[in-house]
Amino acid sequence: MSDFLQVTVQGIAAGSKYALVALGFVVIFKATGVINFAQGGFVLFGAYLAYNVGTTWGLPFVFAVVLAMVGGAIIGATVERVALRPMIGQPPFAAIMITIGVLFVLEQIVTSIWGFDTLNLGDPWGNDRIAAGDVTIAVRNLWSVGLAGAALLAFFLFFRYSNTGVAMRATALDPEAALAQGISPGRVYTLAWAVSGAVAALAGVTLASGSGQLSPGIGYVALAAFPAIILGGLDSPAGAVLGGLLIGVSQALTARYLADWSWLGTNFHTVMPYVLMVLILLVRPYGLFGTREVQRV
Amino acid sequence: MLRVRNLEVVYGGVALVLRGISLDVPTGGVAAVLGANGAGKTTLLRAITGLLGVHRGAITKGTVEFDGKRIDGMEPANIVRMGMSQVMEGRRTFAELTVDENLRAGAYTKGSGPETKANFEKVMDLFPVLAKRRKSVAGYLSGGEQQMLVIGRALMQSPRLLLLDEPSLGLAPLVVEQIRDIIVGVNEAGTSVVLVEQNATMALSIATVGYVLETGRVVKDGPAEKLRDDADIREFYLGIAGEGRRSFRDIKSYRRRKRWSA
Ligand SMILES: Nc1ncnc2c1ncn2[C@@H]1O[C@H](COP(=O)(O)OP(=O)(O)OP(=O)(O)O)[C@@H](O)[C@H]1O
Ligand SMILES: [Mg+2]
Repeated sequence: MSDFLQVTVQGIAAGSKYALVALGFVVIFKATGVINFAQGGFVLFGAYLAYNVGTTWGLPFVFAVVLAMVGGAIIGATVERVALRPMIGQPPFAAIMITIGVLFVLEQIVTSIWGFDTLNLGDPWGNDRIAAGDVTIAVRNLWSVGLAGAALLAFFLFFRYSNTGVAMRATALDPEAALAQGISPGRVYTLAWAVSGAVAALAGVTLASGSGQLSPGIGYVALAAFPAIILGGLDSPAGAVLGGLLIGVSQALTARYLADWSWLGTNFHTVMPYVLMVLILLVRPYGLFGTREVQRV
Repeated sequence: MLRVRNLEVVYGGVALVLRGISLDVPTGGVAAVLGANGAGKTTLLRAITGLLGVHRGAITKGTVEFDGKRIDGMEPANIVRMGMSQVMEGRRTFAELTVDENLRAGAYTKGSGPETKANFEKVMDLFPVLAKRRKSVAGYLSGGEQQMLVIGRALMQSPRLLLLDEPSLGLAPLVVEQIRDIIVGVNEAGTSVVLVEQNATMALSIATVGYVLETGRVVKDGPAEKLRDDADIREFYLGIAGEGRRSFRDIKSYRRRKRWSA
């Protein structure tokens, strides 16, 4: 039992990192209707930026996180203005192809600046562990969970209570009617991409620090977050977080308990997110929290 | 207050939809804009409020002046800030937002200062049904409530000129009556109004001036009371037959007169 709890706790910590990545997807999709395949590139870029500030320049870790987030926001906004803005009015497919192109460009930039070596962001969270009954929890895992929780709370407050957040939701629902209220959709789109770039950078930092490693490969973690947003519901921040946690926990449990079932292969936990996604979509086609269109009947 | 001169609008670079429209809305007045489906009424409002771009339309000739300032080519957000608001055709609530949130979206250009608080109170007073359903999602309101919500949303911008596109469409007579009273009230409180309507009876009952559009042209205009007495308008819009003659010649002339311009 305590083993089960221990594995679950680790899964939650991993899942909260997926949740942060997933949140970035959701913001852009909610505001602009675009599925941003470059999200992994933002994660990557943010993590390397933090490495540069924290390790290369030797500034305190807090600065590294903040500057990485600011850098992520700038990259996000720039990508929107330069690459996505001309796609307004084109079929969504065109925009998606553009984001795939952006992903390759970002990967190129990152590897040409920082190379392919595996680096480490160090252990800014410390190596302490807290014992809670039979379970011990690494402090750095608490940080991951805490950051994901804080980000979700910030999103919730922003979309519910700030004028800009309400304007963003309005634009997502009916861009022309929003324009008629004096809300500029262009500004909303840029902002959505900036916010998404910032959360992605935060996700990158949590993925690459502590037990994690910094290599160009962490961009692929975004692929594991993808099932999280699909099963959580593409347009729901809460769904993104829950989806991320489910993915993390199911991966950890599969890796621990299904490893003996040799007929499943040794790496079954890597496909587990997709299995879970398909199962949930069978029951709830819009994801756990996704909204079907509200219509009067 | 609003001056439109020789306005021409083209969609997609090919379809000439407005062919030289001129129109004046006096300060404090109500201008009714009448016309059949496809006459160009909605296009006219889009041209005035700067929303043509969304539809790949453009003003190719003519001017729009608001308070003596040229506004054709201005950003919609700046036009809203100058004090002009539009209630779009088909209501267009933000369906998944609550009543409160729809009103807040309407107040976007005003922020959340004391003016917005005062406007909010006014809207709640004006529409008690909305005050009862502040947390309801707009998509689940009745058609009449939705129309009230979008009028309220526009009023959050403290407009000096309010443009309404067929606010009576699809509503029961009693609700149309309510909407009419609201427009009268808003106008009496000092807001000038452009009222696009197919319901000419309603529109002309509150208008000071009226314009009749047909295939992108103004084919008739003048003081509202004159239009109310106009034989053609009575026949085609108010549904009041002439002297009750029903000869073949009448039917032919009816057909002919159905359009005032070639
Ligand atoms: N986005 C568009 N692209 C091309 N043509 C358009 C577009 N919108 C409207 N039109 C055309 O312009 C003409 C005028 O349309 P408009 O919507 O302005 O008419 P309306 O008077 O508002 O009609 P209704 O009473 O049905 O609302 C119509 O022939 C319509 O087909
Ligand atoms: Mg119309």
